[in-house]
Amino acid sequence: MSSKGLTFRGGIHPPHFKKQTENSPIEEGILPKEVVIPLHQHIGAPCEPTIKLGDYVKVGQKIGDTKAFVSAPIHSSVSGIVTKISDRSSPTGAKVKSVIIQVDGNQEISEEVQSKGDLNKLDKDEILTIVRESGLTGMGGAGFPTHVKLSPPEDKKIDILIINGAECEPYLTSDHRMMLEFPEKIILGTKAIMKALGVKNAVIGIENNKPDAIKTMKKAAKKDKNIKIEELRTKYPQGGEKSLIYAVTKREVPSGGLPMDVGAVVQNVGTVSAIADAIKTGMPVVERVVTVTGSGINKPKNLLVKIGTKFQDVVEQCGGYTKDMSKIINGGPMMGISQHTDEVPVIKGTSGILVLNEQDSQIPEPSNCIRCGKCVDVCPSGLQPLMISKNSLLRRFDEAESYNAMDCIECGSCSFICPSKRPLVDAIRIAKQEITAKRKKN
Amino acid sequence: MENKVLATSSPHIRSNDNTTKIMLDVIIALLPAVIASIYYFGFDSIKLTSIAVISAVATEAIIQKILKKEVTIKDLSAVVTGILLAFNLPPSAPWWIPLIGSVFAIAVAKQVFGGIGHNFINPALAGRAMLLASWPTKMLGWENPAGVDAVSAATPLQIVKGAEGNLQPLTDVILGRVPGCIGETSAILLIIGGAYLLYRGVISWKIPVSYIGTVAVIAYIYEGSLLLVGYHVFGGGLLLGAIFMATDYASSPVTSKGKIVFGIGAGILTMLIRIFGATPEGVSYSILLMNVATPIIEKYTAPRVFGGAKK
Repeated sequence: MSSKGLTFRGGIHPPHFKKQTENSPIEEGILPKEVVIPLHQHIGAPCEPTIKLGDYVKVGQKIGDTKAFVSAPIHSSVSGIVTKISDRSSPTGAKVKSVIIQVDGNQEISEEVQSKGDLNKLDKDEILTIVRESGLTGMGGAGFPTHVKLSPPEDKKIDILIINGAECEPYLTSDHRMMLEFPEKIILGTKAIMKALGVKNAVIGIENNKPDAIKTMKKAAKKDKNIKIEELRTKYPQGGEKSLIYAVTKREVPSGGLPMDVGAVVQNVGTVSAIADAIKTGMPVVERVVTVTGSGINKPKNLLVKIGTKFQDVVEQCGGYTKDMSKIINGGPMMGISQHTDEVPVIKGTSGILVLNEQDSQIPEPSNCIRCGKCVDVCPSGLQPLMISKNSLLRRFDEAESYNAMDCIECGSCSFICPSKRPLVDAIRIAKQEITAKRKKN
Repeated sequence: MENKVLATSSPHIRSNDNTTKIMLDVIIALLPAVIASIYYFGFDSIKLTSIAVISAVATEAIIQKILKKEVTIKDLSAVVTGILLAFNLPPSAPWWIPLIGSVFAIAVAKQVFGGIGHNFINPALAGRAMLLASWPTKMLGWENPAGVDAVSAATPLQIVKGAEGNLQPLTDVILGRVPGCIGETSAILLIIGGAYLLYRGVISWKIPVSYIGTVAVIAYIYEGSLLLVGYHVFGGGLLLGAIFMATDYASSPVTSKGKIVFGIGAGILTMLIRIFGATPEGVSYSILLMNVATPIIEKYTAPRVFGGAKK
């Protein structure tokens, strides 16, 4: 691998596993018979339904909203009848109040969906309103409401926008394909956010295992002197927010702080592309590109999937499961969440559906820590995972806290690299939960 | 999806590395020196090494069986301990020396503390220290290697420190044609083994380089001769110690800065013993002392947390 490109301290080099889908153009996902749209797909307050049982809804129509600031409204991805509003499993692992819609197949578009016209004629507040009303959330997976990120407090001066095209998770190629297929949307969305934030400079960071995407984006950004395409070294977790900000600006987000503390805002390429749609056609977030891949999928693809389509319907379009399928993951293999069922729906944060066969699903048995220190070498947060894990397992959470457990970003690099196959991140997560609980109590 | 699916927490992929592969790499890295020891010391070397390895592995298996724990001899760590212990013996040592040494190394230094990863000192060096304290004459019976016809069989470091004998040419010292422990004499092959471990990412350069560098600097200041620095670096157990013993994962710091501190500390102690001590060699005791200091070194050399977390 090339050692060129901007980067950060630590990190790992997992196998890419991207060959299966990196050259597959994005295909339109089939329209399912029924969609399940959770009313809570983001970080923040859940939405309440704005429609009633039996209502006829159209594509792009708002079906859930809330007055809470940290939240994002939910829209229908289909036209059809609301048959149920009930708690359903979400790929985030929780049971979430969801709107179930019987699809009529006409895909009638809502009157609410209107082009917002030329970006040049929109002002900052108008853009923010569009972003909020379109239900935009971070589409890299975390699902933080975008308009919140674009509304920093007065005292935080933002001077750089970073667009995350790193896609450092193995297997996933949805961002890659978007950069190849809709570069102009990404540029338009980037300009919109620059205007909303009032920043003069934006950087689109792309890992150098995607030279075609770097080339395409450079061409698309040619006329815009303020948008720079930067080559990032291929290394996980290059696309982690803090790693990316450091790679591009050499600024460190302070411990416990936010990107805005160092004057940066990071948005995923999928998010900016969705902003372009929201302005050009007025269509809110009702679909997203999902990489469906892994050793448990017969025909891996990149699909443009309607939000609310069940995993099983998406997989069916990809030739179904292989006989020895064994694990279904929402997202990539490093930070994705494995699912108990394939009845969960695709949500705004579903960058991939990764299905592994029996062999690939096995997690080896852990043995004694041999103190090789590899976890210390790879930790992008500069922690000593072995010490936090050890103290966590002994339930010495104060000690774990003194080893800065709360600075762990749960990227999983330590668990990946450990030759003794110890579940380090699991133990650190437990420590973090206990420390958070203790802090709340005090 | 009729079958039940497996749900585990992330990450869902793991590296191909494992403990056995790491230990196998160490064994591969030790092989050139094993072959050299057989070339120079013949059957004595084969005998001592096999007894040490077999006793180490058997001790580990028996103790784990008695304690009803999982038998982990497949991780090959006991094999490494056995080879390293044998490497620290003189060719004249009787057969029961490696046997007792290995039993002590595995039973007392390793298993008592919880097995692999939990030994706070290097098991092989603990075994050697025990043997040296108990049977000093058996542990210091030097012999000239095959093909060397010299009157005395003093080690280069003994001669540097004033023992009777003609100082062997430095080229012989580097090749291993000198008296010494069976595994420590061939400097060049130990360095090749070290290079292999570096290449494979099993060890970092930090401990060997800081250790050897410190010894070289102090030796130059004390001896005032570059040639004698060569004897200090290549002539004793320094390379074996710095490359294969001081880098023992369990008993050396996991932090980057800690590794440098460990190496410098071991270097200073080694030269203090070589200059002021009663014996000409001090590598084993220096590493053992630094092993004991490892927790405190780690405490004060924690890596800087990204974003500068407060302590």
